[in-house]
Amino acid sequence: MPTDVIEHREPSSATPRRLTTVRGRQDTLFRAAARSGGLAVLAIMTLVGLFLFVRGFDAITDAGAAFITTEAWSPNEGNFGIAAVLFGTVTIAAIAICLALPLSIGTALYISEFAPRGLKRSLVTIVDLMAAVPSVVYGLWGFLWLTDAVLPIAEWISTHFGWIPVFGVDGFEPGDPLATTTVFTASAFIAGIVVGLMVTPIASSIMREAFSQAPVGEREGALALGATSWGMITSVVLPFGSGGIIGGTMLGLGRALGETIAVYLVISPVFVIQPHVLQTGTNSISSLVALRFNEASEFELSALMAAGLALFLMTLVINFGASMVIARSRSGAESEG
Amino acid sequence: MMTELLERPDEPTLFRTSLPGRDGEAPAGTKPPQTRRNLSSLHHDDVIRLVGALLAGICTAAWLFTQVMPLRGVVGFVAIAFVLFLLYYIVLVAMDDGGPAMKDKVASVFAHAVAMLLFAALACVIVFTFARAVDALVNLNFWTSDLSAAGPLDPLDQGGILHAIVGTLIQITIALAISIPLGVLTAVFLSEVPGPFARLVRTVVEAMTALPSIVAGLFIYATWIVTFGMGQSGFAASLAITIMMLPIIIRAADVVLRLVPGNLKEAALAMGASQWRTVWHVTLPTTRSGLTTAIILGTARGIGETSPVLLTAGYTTYMNTNPFEGPMVSLPLATFNLVRSPEPNQIARGFGAAAVLMLLVLILFIVARVIGGRGPGQLSRRQAARRTRQSRADAVRFAERDGEFVLTYEAVQRARRGRASAGRRSRKQRS
Repeated sequence: MPTDVIEHREPSSATPRRLTTVRGRQDTLFRAAARSGGLAVLAIMTLVGLFLFVRGFDAITDAGAAFITTEAWSPNEGNFGIAAVLFGTVTIAAIAICLALPLSIGTALYISEFAPRGLKRSLVTIVDLMAAVPSVVYGLWGFLWLTDAVLPIAEWISTHFGWIPVFGVDGFEPGDPLATTTVFTASAFIAGIVVGLMVTPIASSIMREAFSQAPVGEREGALALGATSWGMITSVVLPFGSGGIIGGTMLGLGRALGETIAVYLVISPVFVIQPHVLQTGTNSISSLVALRFNEASEFELSALMAAGLALFLMTLVINFGASMVIARSRSGAESEG
Repeated sequence: MMTELLERPDEPTLFRTSLPGRDGEAPAGTKPPQTRRNLSSLHHDDVIRLVGALLAGICTAAWLFTQVMPLRGVVGFVAIAFVLFLLYYIVLVAMDDGGPAMKDKVASVFAHAVAMLLFAALACVIVFTFARAVDALVNLNFWTSDLSAAGPLDPLDQGGILHAIVGTLIQITIALAISIPLGVLTAVFLSEVPGPFARLVRTVVEAMTALPSIVAGLFIYATWIVTFGMGQSGFAASLAITIMMLPIIIRAADVVLRLVPGNLKEAALAMGASQWRTVWHVTLPTTRSGLTTAIILGTARGIGETSPVLLTAGYTTYMNTNPFEGPMVSLPLATFNLVRSPEPNQIARGFGAAAVLMLLVLILFIVARVIGGRGPGQLSRRQAARRTRQSRADAVRFAERDGEFVLTYEAVQRARRGRASAGRRSRKQRS
């Protein structure tokens, strides 16, 4: 609430008193040290960004507009682009978010609204702990356990919904008794499920934070007017936490786009745009970097930098969007009552 | 009562409301028979409905799987049983309640079920890892030796991942040695020296949290290793981890520092403390637990991230304790390399490394809970006792300086106890 500043000024003292701060030597030193710390971090971070830009632009100027539209990746022959890997990255992240959104909203609501009081703290810790489980563990699980478990589902979806182009799979005949399920392994669908499970705890913990800050006065007001607890949630908690929902989802999306190892372990890389999400073979920018950095020539390294730059810019836009949404929402505002 | 009157319009009516009696209830004649309401949130009907819907869902899913459709797979079974359970539950609730009550019950069950589904999936991840790791973990040599002597075909009672454990610890120590001072200093700068420059730093740091970890690794690989020609080493890996962790730590620490109550700082400044002393004696001690949590969360991210290490550390099966020379493997990298082998023993070792990594993260979390579990200002019992002793000693010291005679706290307590026991004695005598 803006407060109006009322100026009381005596007519006799028309000129305001001048305020000066005299700092001691300790303080001057402290401020200089703090400033230099900030400067160092700024320098490191800009160095990373600038380096990425400069090296990446080498490759981008070389390839021109074809950098966006080419699917192949052979920089040494000058024929390279991020169309396929970018498409794969976005597909995997989209599948991940489709899975993570309902899971994380449900879990956040459960923890903040329905869980027994004594259990709440432990559940919060468990979710935080889940967010810290190393990605290589999720990758292992997806690669060695989930793939087998999900194949029948992928087959079922493809059999019954194959007429929708996205779910179609080349070379799979539903009635064919000799058909194998190997066409469904290492697909964007499986990678998306793994990444979705990875980002759910992060998204859910941000959403829970926002939900639990919904003002008590308004909650009790809704209950006192006769709302059921679900009525209270839809009329108070969800509108209040909508910023948290969007922010959490976007942060999760940022993590999903940048995820490397889990995706790398699950997928089998191809360099074509793969619109069939259930079919073997997809790719992502970060797994491309992990795949190719080792035997990369000087120029291919630049090309990888350019791909990394594209990924960075994408996550950057999403992250800034998220922080803007979080900052604009009412989350954290005090209740009036 | 009003309705009763209105229902008989032919009789002469006296429009009088009856006052409640002295006990707050309506007079005896008009009172409808009342039963005590059950206030507990769990009713018999709810439990019966839940169990019924669950059983029906599972049974129908089993029927579908075995008799009707050629379906298989655990995940599919769970998914179909889950959907059927929700449908049955909605139908069962709709038979008794309608409108908002039904929505409330269905939503509540849905939230419970989704949370349980998530926890089950995550438990599955962890149980699967540990189950596959047990074969490797039970061998003592897995903890005490490196892999240099054990080839891919050797049984699990040879070779271990001590080199990876040591590598992880060395790398994270170097990364923390850089990122803790720099991170906390920057966070203090952001909150204590505000201005356009601080805003710029904050924006850049926020932007850098979006940096994918593989790109941090790629940066170190392209500069330190390719351009400077330093070779893959533990130190390069530490640098990559630092670049990844630094923005996370700064952001979390910044949030914590902003939560310091303004009146605490103002009190220190009003008593004449300089800004530096305020920061050192008020702000940092107040936020100690929060800062610890921020650092440990960053550490947990940094320790488990494979991609920056993959590009910078190099892979080796030998124990290497020198971070500046030669490749140094860490736990996530060892996991990543071992599980890509076709040999079952190597895969088991990889799972073992993953399990050790998770244990390490768990230990970090427990440390964070122990150190950072309490909010600012909340003291443990021992700390509180020490504070009390200190302030008592101060009070005595001040009073002695002023030349007053004081009763120490203990003396007062003793006197009080004496009085209390005397009172008890006298009461006894009276009775």
